[in-house]
Order: sequence, then structure tokens, then C-alpha cells
Amino acid sequence: MATIEQTTEIGAPANRGGSAGHDAHATATGVTNKKLGMWLFLASDCLFFGAFIATYLLYRGRDTVGPGPRLLFDIPFTSATSFILLMSSLTMVLALAAIQRGDERRLRIWLLATALLGATFIAGQVFEFTEFNREGLALDTNLFGSTFFILTGFHGAHVTAGIIWLMSLWGMASQGRLKQPDSEKIEIAGLYWHFVDVVWIVIFTVIYLVPQPGNPGG
Amino acid sequence: MTTVSGAVTAPRRALLLRRPTKTTGAFSWLTTIDHKRIGIMYCSLSLLSFLVGGLEALLIRLQLAGPNGTVVSAAQYNELFTMHGTTMVFLMGMPMAVGIANYFVPIMIGARDVAFPRLNAFGFYVVAVGAIFLYSSWIPGINGVPNGGWFGYTPLTDTPISAGFLPGRGPDFWSIGLIMLGIGSTTSAINFIVTILNLRAPGMTLMRMPVFVWMMLVVAFLTLFAMPIITVALIMVFFDRNYGTLFFQPAAGGDPLLYQHLFWLFGHPEVYILILPGMGIVSEILPVFSRKPLFGYAVVVFSGIAIGFLGWGVWAHHMFATGLSPVAISAFAVSTMLIAVPTGVKIFNWLSTVWRGAVRLTTAMLFALGFIAMFTIGGLSGVLHSVVPSDTQQTDTYFVVAHFHYVLFGGLMLAVFGGFYYWLPKVFGRMLDERLGKWNFWTMLIGFNLTFFPMHFVGLYGMPRRTYRYDEGLGWDVWNQIETVGAFIIGVSTLIFLANVIVSIKFKRGAVAGNDPWDGRTLEWTTASPPPAYNFADVPEVEARDEFWHHKYTEDDEGRLMPLPSGGADAAPAEEKHGHGIHMPSPSIYPLVMALGLLPLGYAAVYHSFAWLGLGVLVLLFGMYAWAIEPATEPEPETVTGRTPEPVH
Ligand code: HEM
Ligand SMILES: [Cu+2]
Repeated sequence: MATIEQTTEIGAPANRGGSAGHDAHATATGVTNKKLGMWLFLASDCLFFGAFIATYLLYRGRDTVGPGPRLLFDIPFTSATSFILLMSSLTMVLALAAIQRGDERRLRIWLLATALLGATFIAGQVFEFTEFNREGLALDTNLFGSTFFILTGFHGAHVTAGIIWLMSLWGMASQGRLKQPDSEKIEIAGLYWHFVDVVWIVIFTVIYLVPQPGNPGG
Repeated sequence: MTTVSGAVTAPRRALLLRRPTKTTGAFSWLTTIDHKRIGIMYCSLSLLSFLVGGLEALLIRLQLAGPNGTVVSAAQYNELFTMHGTTMVFLMGMPMAVGIANYFVPIMIGARDVAFPRLNAFGFYVVAVGAIFLYSSWIPGINGVPNGGWFGYTPLTDTPISAGFLPGRGPDFWSIGLIMLGIGSTTSAINFIVTILNLRAPGMTLMRMPVFVWMMLVVAFLTLFAMPIITVALIMVFFDRNYGTLFFQPAAGGDPLLYQHLFWLFGHPEVYILILPGMGIVSEILPVFSRKPLFGYAVVVFSGIAIGFLGWGVWAHHMFATGLSPVAISAFAVSTMLIAVPTGVKIFNWLSTVWRGAVRLTTAMLFALGFIAMFTIGGLSGVLHSVVPSDTQQTDTYFVVAHFHYVLFGGLMLAVFGGFYYWLPKVFGRMLDERLGKWNFWTMLIGFNLTFFPMHFVGLYGMPRRTYRYDEGLGWDVWNQIETVGAFIIGVSTLIFLANVIVSIKFKRGAVAGNDPWDGRTLEWTTASPPPAYNFADVPEVEARDEFWHHKYTEDDEGRLMPLPSGGADAAPAEEKHGHGIHMPSPSIYPLVMALGLLPLGYAAVYHSFAWLGLGVLVLLFGMYAWAIEPATEPEPETVTGRTPEPVH
């Protein structure tokens, strides 16, 4: 009893060697600490995006000046980049499956694929932003400019952080430091990545697909 | 460190700073990930903030001591009340609860540490860095002391710097500083929830947890969901000021009221974040000094949870004067009256706990009783605010200032002082002096009431809050004089407390506490005072609520208490073993490094400086990667060389 390790972080190399696998860390809920922690962070992040989305909805159609969504949006283009982001969730699942099987080569491939798909999405966003900017929309043009750029910008920042995380995992995998018992590291990154994708589906629906009232000029 | 061998690990270690191994000295505090030490650091920071915020309050009171005060200018006055409010809420109140909980929640649930020890240290350093950042705005030449009030209403705070109603960079420092503090409190909230849900000792079911743990669980959820909302509001303010966005610019269709909604959607849960820990503390103190279990444990717990839910549905009672629709106003008035019910229920539970108990009037108990009385007064004036016609008269007058000081000072602060007298013997192994303690309590109670009770009157006589000066002959003069005298009595009382701590603990004049000085009921009293690094040599098996009590006492047929022969603190095995073989996570410097990275990032935001940005990103990334690579726990040999737990006493 006395020597049960109760608190160290899961998957720490120190307890990888011997028999001390994950079962040494039975928790009261049955969910490991790190996974529960990630779920809680994501719950908190829901409110973060929720507040921005609510602001967007509140201000929708209030503008009387500057270009608006109807003028600017290129739905087919954004649909394509959205599809790419969604596909990255699939590759993420494949990466997790690979490490759970102990297939390190496929793990590396799918991690890289996920990061690249994410980067393609970000590239699309950068292109979109510059394009809108060229057509006269900036942060200070109108409420649409403010709410659109800040909401999608913070989402883009989340994706970028995810890409850095994935690339770091890929780097570790390339050095052979991600093995089957570390699969939870991939799982947690996956939780984050899927969350960011789901948030994008909401944002895409709210901003691009729901018809805009008002502002005939836009 | 050097005893660790292994060809695999050697090359990458070279990348990192040396793993800290010392367990004493200043550096060991900077690298500690022991939840108890982090708790002490949180409480120290918080106490320091209380002194600083208190000094600001004394300056405010000096200025208002008589009509036409000349102690500070109007601009300085704005800075003083803004920094006072911001300090007391974010740098004193929240860190104090987090600190006490950091120390005691793991011990109370029978755990050896928190779920994420390094994240715990990170959270603390982020709060410390946020405090430094906020207060650095007072450096001459920076011209950026926050001055838009603790809730920073737009459009006052968010007009672009060029056209600002508020000259200087005050709201920039304020918004960025608060975002930092939000990061710190979110990480600690996640840590608490996971710790409480996952690391309870065998048998410690949810309904056996001490009420303080329950309240901190609710607080952690409130923090988790409230912080992102204010973060969004602050981001919008910051972008409005710095990058020309139009979120709260009425001329472009933006709506300043949206800011108020967002702020109070955070702000009302925030007041429960501040008061629930206080309720938890008195729920621990009262049963011990009444020698009775808490009356209606389940009711207290559920009303705490109810407050946690209802707290999200009352925010607009802060906005009754803004012209919301009658329907909205009525709904929020009703929900506000409703939330008084679970609060009132708790007051009756506490009173019933004390009723017919074998009451010992120790200082801790006095503070807890003081809490009940003062908090009730604050609660009553709170209910008055829910009556809309009445509130529209009171809004922005000193009546409101009186109300929230009765709940925050009379509530939170009195509970915290009670908690100090109750728990510091456990933390430092020495009792605080009871005679000084009683002086501390009575001067505090008298000073507090002298300061804040007259504010009800001047408020009803129409004295607006946040006024730096008033004419004579308005009927406010005498009351204000009394308030200032009262404030200085509070100051004296605080000095008595500090003297008590220094004499009893620093100079070791206090009696040795022993494991269980109060005949306590909960698990923290089964360990040594101070507890060893690993808390428990044997992880306890819990069989009852008030576990420790049931090891000491049973009841005879008539319900009288009977001591159990084998019970008592001395039977606890904690001291006999020395914790060999208990493997605790190793210290780490990277939480500090990573948190320090936020400081340059803050200045980068305020000054739009790429140099600061680069520096911040560099430090942050270095800290982050080094942290990720570093194992949470160094391999076994080190327990022998570097981290043998400190001997008890
Ligand atoms: C040391 C004793 C204290 C004194 C003498 C004091 C005095 C005051 C006074 C006179 C004001 C009103 C300033 C004005 O409206 O012009 C004020 C505001 C405030 N105080 Fe205190 N206070 C004390 C302790 C506390 C504590 C312990 C808390 C919270 C835990 C607190 C939180 C606040 C807040 C949030 C405000 C509102 C600031 C604003 O209007 O933006 N105070 N205080
Ligand atoms: Cu409220």
C-alpha cells in the first residue's frame, strides 16, 4: 500500500521501464489524469469560442459600411479547405490506431499527414484573409471585419498550436521516443485536434452557411 | 543527478538545465512542485497583496476622511480604487483560496500530491508574473496604471488610445494582466478538479469529502467556465484600443452593453469563486469547535452545488440601471432572490451546528462566528439589491460598497483569518498565540464595522462610489470620518496578526502543535505538523465522513461521546515510518521558466514590440519543450541521494 505511486504524471519515462504500466495509476473515475485534464481544458475552451461566436451572431447584419460576407465569401473555396481540415481528423485517428498497434512507421506518416493537412487549412485561411483585405475588409472596417477576423483568427491560432504540437510529436516519434505505451500522448493530442475541427464546423456553419441578414451592399 | 546513469538519457539531458535536487534554500522553493509549498507561496503572495491593497484602501480613506480631501489627485484616486479592487479580487481573494486549497485539499482527501504537480507550480508562477506585470505599470514613465475600475466598463476603457477618455495605457495593462491571471487560475482549476475526482484515497467517496473540498470543487468548475468569458471580453477591449476593432464602439454599431453582459457573466460566478471557499473553511471550523458533526452535511453540499448552478443565471442584477427590458429585469430579480435561498439554508446549517454544541471559543471559532454574522448582514443588503426599484436607487452609491465589503471582507476575509488560526499550526507546527489572536479578532470586527456599516448610511444619503472628493454639509462628513478611523483600526488589527505569526512561528514562541491540536475530525489532523513531503506514509483507508473523529470517538446509548481506547493522534503511524520507498515527483525549474516567458509577452502586447515578443516566445518555447522532455520523476536512485524527505520536526 505504502509504495503505490499515486501522483506522478502518466506516461512519464520513469515508470515506463518495469511492470509499472498504466494500471498502476488506477484513478477514482477510471479516466487517467491527463485525459480528464484535457477534457476539462476543452470544456473551458468551448466557452471561449462560445463567447466569440455569440458576439458574431449578435452583430450580424448590423453594418452599414464596408464590404460584407455576401460580397467576400467564396463558399466553394472555404468548403474545400474545411474538408481538408476534416480529413485531418481521419488521419489523426489513423495515427492513434498505428501507435496502439505499435506501428511506429505509420504513426510517423499519419502524424505528418495530419500536420500537413492542418497547415494546408491554415494556408487557405491566410490566402482568404489577404484576399478579403485586398477587397477592403480590415479589422477596423466594420463590425463584420472585427468579429470575423478575431473569431476565425483565434481558431486559426488554435490550429497552429495543434500543428506545432503534432510536429513535436512527430519529432519525438522520429527519434524513436514514442512507443506503444505512450499512445496516450497521441490520444490527448487527438482530443485537442478533433475539438478544434468540431469548433470549425460550428464556425463554418454559423459564418458561411447561415444566410446573412441586412447589409444589401455586402 | 549524477547518480542517474543510462546511455539513452545522457545526450538529451545535456540540452537541459540541471535537474534541481535541493530540498532547502531559496532555490528549492523556486523549483518545488510540492503542493504544500506551492500552497504556502500562494498564501504569501495573497497576504502581500492584501497588505498592498490595504494600503491603497487606507490612502482612499485618508482622501475621503473629510470634505474636499487633498491627499491624492482625481487621477491618482482613479488608479487607487481600480488597483485596490483588482488587487483584492484577483491577487488576494482568488490566490488565497487556491493557496489554502493547494495545501489542504490533497491531504483532506488522503492523496500524496495533486494530479499535475508541475502544472500546479506553473499556475502559481503565472499568477505571480501577472501580479508583477500589473504592478509594474506603476514604474515612473510607463504611465499605465489601470484606472477604469475593477470591472473596466466600455466605452470608457476601450476607446482607441489616440481618442481615449482614459489617457495612458491603464486598460492595456489591466486587460493583459487579467488575461494572464486567467491562465493561472484556469490551470489551477483543472488541477483541482482532476485531483479531487481522481486521487481520493480508497473509501473517500464524494459524500465523505470534507465540505471545504466540495466547495473547492464547485469553485474550480466556476473558474473553469467563467475565466474564458472574461478573457474574450478583455481580448475585445484590447483589440478595440490597439488594433481598431469596433466591438464596443457605438458609432459603428458596436454595443457597450455586450461588454457588461460578458463581464458579469464572468463576474457573478466570480463572487461565488470568492465566497464559497470561505463557506468551506467555516464549515470545517465550526464542527471541530462545537464537537458536533456539521448539521445537514448533504444539504450544505447540495446548496453549494445549487449556488454553483444558479450563479450563472443572475448576472444582469449588476445591470438593472442600464435599461434592460422589464421582462429581463423581472427574470433576473427573481433568480437573484432565488439564489439567496441556498445561501440562507447554509446559515441555518451553521447555526444548528453550533447550537447545543460544546463550544470552545478559540480565535478560529470567533472568526468563524464573526463570518456568519457579517456575511448575513452582507447577504441581507444583497437581497435588497435584487429588488429592482430599490437597486436603481442604490446602484453606484456607497450602499453597494458597503454590501460587497460585508460579503468579501466580512465573509471571505474573516473566514480566511479563521482558517489561518485553525490551520497554521498544522502548516508550521506551532500554535498561534490565542491572546494576540483575540485582540486580532475583536479589533478586526470593530474596525470592520466602523469602516463599512456607515457606508450604508452615506450610500442612502446619496454619496456616489468612486468619487474622489465631496463638498461639506451634505450630511456625509461625520460618517466618513468614522469610516476612516475604522479603516486604520483594521490596519492595526492586521499588524497584530502579522506580529502573532512572526512571534509564534518565526521566533517559535508558540506552543508545539502536535498532530492534532484541536481534536480535529478530518484527515489532515492524522499527519505530522508540518506534514512530511509525501503527506501519508500509509495511504489511509477511509470508512466514514469525519474519518479521524470516528477513530477517536464513539457514542454510547444516549448519544454521548465516548473516547475509543486506541484512538487519538498518537496512534497514527505517520511518524514512525520515514517514507523510504515513497517515490514523489521531482522538482523542476521549467514551470517557472515558462511562466516567466509570459512577462515579455505582456510587454510585447502593450508596446507592440517585436523584441519583447521574440524574447517571450523564446523563453516560453524553451520552458515548454524542456518541460515536456524532462521526466516527471527522476528514476529511483535519487530518492536516496537527493530527495530523502525532510525529517519530521
Ligand atoms: C482593508 C480594508 C478595506 C478598506 C478600508 C476598503 C475600502 C474601500 C473603499 C473606500 C472603496 C470604494 C472606493 C470608491 O468607490 O471610490 C473600495 C472599493 C472596493 N473594494 Fe475595498 N476596502 C477594503 C478591503 C477590501 C477587500 C478585502 C476586498 C475584496 C476581497 C475589497 C474589494 C473592493 C472592490 C472590488 C472595490 C471596488 C473597486 C471599484 O470600484 O472598481 N476591498 N474599498
Ligand atoms: Cu452578482
